[in-house]
Order: sequence, then structure tokens, then C-alpha cells
Amino acid sequence: MLMLNGYGPQILAGTVTTVELSVLSLLVSFFIGLVGASAKLSKGRVVSAIATIYTTIVRGVPDLVLMLLIFYSLQIWLNSLTDYLGNVQSYVDIEQINLDPFTSGVITLGFIYGAYFTETFRGAFLAVPRGQLEAARSFGMRPAQVFRRILFPQMMRFALPGLANNWQVILKATALVSLIGLTDVVKASQNAGEGTFRTFYFMSLAGLVYLALTTISNGVLFLLERRFSVGVRKAVL
Amino acid sequence: MIYILQNYWQALLYSDGYNMTGVAMTLWLLVTACVIGFFMAIPLAIARNARNPLIWFPVWLYTFIFRGTPLYVQLLIIYTGFYSLDFVRNTAPLNEFFRQGINCTILAFGLNTGAYTTEIFAGAIRETAFGEIDAARSLGMSQFKLYQRIIIPGALRRALPVYSNEVILMLHATTLAFTATVPDILKVAKDAYSATYNPFASFSIAAVLYLCISFGLIYAFRRAEQHFLAFLKP
Repeated sequence: MLMLNGYGPQILAGTVTTVELSVLSLLVSFFIGLVGASAKLSKGRVVSAIATIYTTIVRGVPDLVLMLLIFYSLQIWLNSLTDYLGNVQSYVDIEQINLDPFTSGVITLGFIYGAYFTETFRGAFLAVPRGQLEAARSFGMRPAQVFRRILFPQMMRFALPGLANNWQVILKATALVSLIGLTDVVKASQNAGEGTFRTFYFMSLAGLVYLALTTISNGVLFLLERRFSVGVRKAVL
Repeated sequence: MIYILQNYWQALLYSDGYNMTGVAMTLWLLVTACVIGFFMAIPLAIARNARNPLIWFPVWLYTFIFRGTPLYVQLLIIYTGFYSLDFVRNTAPLNEFFRQGINCTILAFGLNTGAYTTEIFAGAIRETAFGEIDAARSLGMSQFKLYQRIIIPGALRRALPVYSNEVILMLHATTLAFTATVPDILKVAKDAYSATYNPFASFSIAAVLYLCISFGLIYAFRRAEQHFLAFLKP
């Protein structure tokens, strides 16, 4: 039925790479977003200023530019770091650390979308009524307990639409990582297309893979939204 | 960094001596794509809210496909994919059109931003207060007048904050143009990188240029919001 000319396994492997890359980047940026939002809302001037500079610059510069910047520069920085360490402690043999496209893809996508998550979470943190947090403190909960029991579950409900949006954007941004040499579904289909002279067919196939992934994640997000909105009364007109 | 600035400032800003490059090219791509997207989106947004499934379904399908796949894949389909089809190469006008990277880039960008803009405007149209429409009907406006005077102006105003986001995302998306050999800012920066092997300097210069354009757009849209949404001020 599908005429893949033997490129099926490669495209499947590329799809798996794409999904892995998106999920790992999501986890990294989720974590950075939580830290960034806490930093931005903290009382420390320096910390909140650093977080503000981070989100402003990262959201103002195209993701592809940042990706190329970080991918090519990170390797050079790492090389000079290992060189320096090798000179200082000449008796320790430090080998060159090589960054593969997958790792740098996760680092850069996580770093970039961390800024978007910071903004999402900041808004969501602010949306949780302050009285509830004060009530939790007056019950004698520690700050960590307040975060885990009160702030986080409610914050997630407010953050979910933005989170869903960010996830879709990350999923589509992984296509850019093929430009720094990762064999994801786009690169695999490109190779297949060049090998068989049927570029249109194979690129459309890559498009269909992405379409399937976004449709599935829409379904999952619908379920998540129901899960996190338990007990919320909706206005019925 | 000084070396790159001395040798590439002209190419980064407007021209490499033969073609439009750099900032000028990026802005040209952004403006043409957004103009195409904007004028496509208004009729499509109206069609998206139609009651007849034969009208809204094709529009929904279009936005679903273009919002569900990465722009890079769309660009590859239009730039390399179409040109691999025999009938495109054998039809003279199509051959002429799809052979040039810039045409394919503008087509892909326009269709992409058109899909997002359609959904933005369709959402804004859906939010029109029914009182406004009742009032317009009671004044005897025809369906066309209703759209022209009430629904479209109001919807565009409400859509402005979200639309400004879309334009900035489009600016970020124009960086993909270099994959279709269009000499935008990133392409010049990449050339500078290949010539000097100094990735940090080359790409940071590009990043600063994009940052300036982003801030310019944000400022312009803030002014536009102050002008068009002045009646919403508290």
C-alpha cells in the first residue's frame, strides 16, 4: 500500500527520534520554566532581573538563530574548557567532550522554550488566589508543601492551555534540528526523497507524521484538561 | 567581531552589491507574507464560521494541515517537493515560478501565516456580541453591510493583540528562508560564519538584528493598540 522503497525503517526511526527529542525538550523547558517563573516572581531584584533579561532576549530572537548560535558555539566553549582544564591539571587526562546533535538539540530547545514556559507559568502562578496560599501557611504547611499541595495543582489548570500551545510549538520546532544534522523524520524523508526522486511524496509523508502527532497530542491534552479541571464549575449559559 | 562587522555590514543591512539581502530581505519576506496572509484570512475567517459544512470544512482542513505541520516541512514540500513532480517541470509558468527560491518561500510563508491568521480572525468573529448584530439588523443593514461595518472592524480590533504575536512569530519563521537560498539576515550570518569560523560573533550579530526588529514590531503594535483599542481603556 505504502510505497516506501525500503525507507520505512529509517522514517520510523526518525519519527521516534522526533518524539524523543520533543518529550525531552518539553521536560527540560518545563523545569526551566518553573525555575524561571519562581525567579521572576521572587523578591530578589537581581534574580528577577536575570530572569526578565533571559525571557526578553530568548523570546525576541528567532529559535533557529539561537539554535545555530548555541550549537556551534557550545562545542567551541566546551573545547576551550577541556583544554583549559587539561592545562591546569596536566596529570588528569581530560578527553574532548563531543556534543551530538541530539543532545545539543535538547539543550537548545529546552533553553529556548524554557523562556516561553517561564511566561506561561508566571501568569498561572499569579492566577492562583493569594488567600489560599496564606490559608495553607496558616495551617502550618512548609513552603514546599504549599507548593506541592496548593500552588502546583491549581497552577497547572491555568497553565494548561499555554502549555498545550507550547508543546505543539516544540513538536514543530524539532523539525529545525534536522538543520544541525540530526536524523529526525524530516531528514529521513529528505534522504528518502533524494534517493528515489520522489521528494514530494516523502515530504508529504513527513507532514502526515507531524499531523498525526499533533492530532494525538490534542486528544491527550483534552483528557489532561479534564483531569486538572476536576471540581471546577463552568458557567452554563 | 569587528572584522565581520566591517566586511558584512552592508550585506547584513540591505545589499551584497547585486541582490537585496539581510534586514531588507527579511523585512520584505515578513511584509509580503503577512499581507498575503492577512487578505487571505478575512474571507476565510468568514467562511470558517459559516453554517454550511461544505464551506467551513475545506477552510478547517486548510488551517488544520498548515497549523499541524512545521513550516520547514511545508517549505520543503513547496520548494523541493513540487519541483520533483513532472507536470510542474513540464508546465512552463509553474516551472518558472517554482524554480526560484524566493517565490516558493513567500508562497509557503503566506499560506502558513494565512492559516494561523484565519483561526485568529475566526475566533474574533465568533466573539462578536450578539447585541451588536441585532442592532445592525434592526437598522436594516444587509448581510454585506453587516460584515463590512460591524463584524469585520470589531473582530480585527479584538484580534489585534493576538495578531501582533503572530506577526512576531512570523518574523522568527522567516529565518527558514535561507534553506531555500534566500539571502536573509541568517544567510549572511551563516556566510560570515563559514568565512571566519567564528560562530558566536556571526550569529550574535544576527540575533541582535532580529531582536531590534522584534522590539520595533512590539513598539509599533503597542502604538496601534493604543490607537485602535483606545475605547477599551479603563
